[in-house]
Amino acid sequence: MSERKAPAPIVSVETKPFWDATAEGKLLIKKCNSCGEVHWYPRSMCPFCHSMDTVWLESAGKGVIYSHSTMRRAPVPYCLAYVTLDEGTTMMTNLVDVDFDALEIGQKVEVSFADTGEGNALPYFTTV
Amino acid sequence: MSIKGKAFIAGIYEHPTRDASDKSLPQLHAEVAKGALEDAGLTFKDVDAYFCAGDAPGLGGISMAEYMGIHIQHTDTTEIGGSSYVAHIGHAAAAIAAGKCNVALITLAGRPKAEAQKVGTGGGGRGPMFDPNAPELGFEGVYGPATANMYGMAAMRHMHEFGTTSEQLAWVKVAASHHAQYNENAMLKKVVTVEDVVNSPMISNPLHRLDCCVVSDGGGAMIIVSPEIAKTLDRHCVKVMGHGEAPKHLNGGKVDLTYTGAVWSGPRAFSEAGVTQADIKYASIYDSFTITVIETLEDLGFCEKGKGGEFVMDGNLISGVGKLPFNTDGGGLCSNHPANRGGMTKVLEAVRQLRDEAHEKVQVPDCDIVLAHGTGGSIGTRMGSATVILGREDA
Repeated sequence: MSERKAPAPIVSVETKPFWDATAEGKLLIKKCNSCGEVHWYPRSMCPFCHSMDTVWLESAGKGVIYSHSTMRRAPVPYCLAYVTLDEGTTMMTNLVDVDFDALEIGQKVEVSFADTGEGNALPYFTTV
Repeated sequence: MSIKGKAFIAGIYEHPTRDASDKSLPQLHAEVAKGALEDAGLTFKDVDAYFCAGDAPGLGGISMAEYMGIHIQHTDTTEIGGSSYVAHIGHAAAAIAAGKCNVALITLAGRPKAEAQKVGTGGGGRGPMFDPNAPELGFEGVYGPATANMYGMAAMRHMHEFGTTSEQLAWVKVAASHHAQYNENAMLKKVVTVEDVVNSPMISNPLHRLDCCVVSDGGGAMIIVSPEIAKTLDRHCVKVMGHGEAPKHLNGGKVDLTYTGAVWSGPRAFSEAGVTQADIKYASIYDSFTITVIETLEDLGFCEKGKGGEFVMDGNLISGVGKLPFNTDGGGLCSNHPANRGGMTKVLEAVRQLRDEAHEKVQVPDCDIVLAHGTGGSIGTRMGSATVILGREDA
């Protein structure tokens, strides 16, 4: 089966640090200095306490599957998923290098990066 | 202040087409507008307010107001996906109650089938969900969130937390198909069984082909009027009793896909109408997918959270059979889903039920109070949610 190509993301001035870090194999999330909460997707303002004092934090890249669904009606089937990171926030991703039929909610996963060819990489996850 | 009894639905029209290759988008909007005005016994000259959403082409409501040659003093282009038109009823009623207008026209139209859009499985597309400046798009679009897989994730999680089964999801489609057999315009008139649904091809697990709504062209329109104008019309008008709306989103990464915005829009609508679930004789529930109906029924309080699967079993949604007749036109699962937005047609069938104009095989007897609910966007990410409770003119 052919591989699904990793498309280049839309990058804004606000999200550039995140995407630059992916080139070095780092998954960044945002943490609020005011209330201490982490959030996803990364943004300047904390969506919980609305403080502008947020900072980038490197995630360990480990978590569990919150939910998943494998699109069969695509030229190359792929699995869309939400992963809840150990740091506590939940992000959309793809599960790759997995047996689509054996996936279970709650299963442990870790991040892997797929080069987009445009100076950054997409964080995917695979089962541990 | 409440909108209860401050506005009435005087006219409705549903376009009979399901494949509008021979019509333009503005043409469809104009045709449904004309149909609804004729149904009400009014003309374009009477219209003083226009409501539309993202499916209306051009600049807000102005381009279509120009095309139709109407001169309005109030407009509202609230865009919350397929739930927009349900919300527009509440907004029109509020505007009428505030004295801003007296005759509000609401239109919806689209031709995704004629344009061969890969709505549920292709990902990408047009409209506000694909705005490159949308803050979420950079972190989601790269992962291929089509429609079916986002709803698939919601269904997967609901099954995990509550033990909901594919067979239970299938009952929603079975009920819709029982109703669709009597709708001459329905795309899918064949009555199906639970086995038919669970044996249909997997689209994005756990959703099978028959768990998904149709892709169709067409549209619909409504005319909302003041009580004073309703009194002058021959038509049996429908009373707007209550309305509620709520967006739901991913909440900064505290994701929970097992409930919808109906947990907020429903109680607001019930409270304004002053009725309870036990008073509802018929419900139009947005059915983009079977899971949408199960989660929404729970969130609207027709059953306990997590018990939606059990609730819909054994024909409980079939008119004349079960306790809560739903989508007696066949809904999005069988009849149509114009512009990929099902809120309008949900209201149209609810109005037919109140007027005793549904097909005789599915008409609910003594139908005096009904509910219509719209969902917009995706229950797998961010969504609009709007609920209305409607009654007979004397309700």
